Amino acid sequence: MDLSLSTETIGDRTIVRVGGEIDVYTAPKLREQLVELVNDGSFHLVVDMEGVDFLDSTGLGVLVGGLKRVRAHEGSLRLVCNQERILKIFRITGLTKVFPIHTSVEEAVAATD
Amino acid sequence: MATVELRFSALPEHVRTARLVAAAVARRAGVDEAVLDEVRLAVGEACSRAVGLHQSSGITAPVKVALIEEEKQFSIEVGDEVPHAAPRDGEPGAAVDDPDAEAEEDEMGLAVISGLVDDVEVSTGEHGGLIRMTWPTTPPPAAPLP
Repeated sequence: MDLSLSTETIGDRTIVRVGGEIDVYTAPKLREQLVELVNDGSFHLVVDMEGVDFLDSTGLGVLVGGLKRVRAHEGSLRLVCNQERILKIFRITGLTKVFPIHTSVEEAVAATD
Repeated sequence: MATVELRFSALPEHVRTARLVAAAVARRAGVDEAVLDEVRLAVGEACSRAVGLHQSSGITAPVKVALIEEEKQFSIEVGDEVPHAAPRDGEPGAAVDDPDAEAEEDEMGLAVISGLVDDVEVSTGEHGGLIRMTWPTTPPPAAPLP
């Protein structure tokens, strides 16, 4: 399965809905999307990973890169994820301490810190 | 001898194929269903790392994956052909300016593998590197007679 990406704006937040597999082949597309959003002035991102079937370290690297970019503009990058198989990857790499992870887009949009 | 061997051109688009094949062979070998996600992720990490190493070193040889079914265990070996220098302890990686630097991704891949797989050996030599990962298997119940 390939990667699917769509964006939506809610207030000052930009929701990036990701579906499919984020791996060494597809991660560059996600990176391009995040870079493009930041370049266009979207600094508060919510990446909705509920449709993600697979995530590897290349995908983690892209998310960390995205976080670095929005932080340079005092922005934020929040994740929405309830899938244990995906959450596990954040846990074993210690990235649960780096990313705020929410259970729904609504919760992520409402969060302020 | 390996149960199944794969060789693929060092291109990112083939890593998914390696994941799918590895998971299918692991399932047949009797690796627990609950662990198959880990097998899929670990073999993907090892293959991504090998592809990255081949590409950054300009090596045209394929990446090799051996899926080995043994008594009570299943092993996956992912080999690259990049000559490695002796491991250096505590030396910071090169090129850390870029947040997406390959060196960081390489380390993250290994971190994921070692976090996922209890039994993993990483060896490197002048002819290339090898990651060997092993999982226990439970033999399938004897097939019923027709």
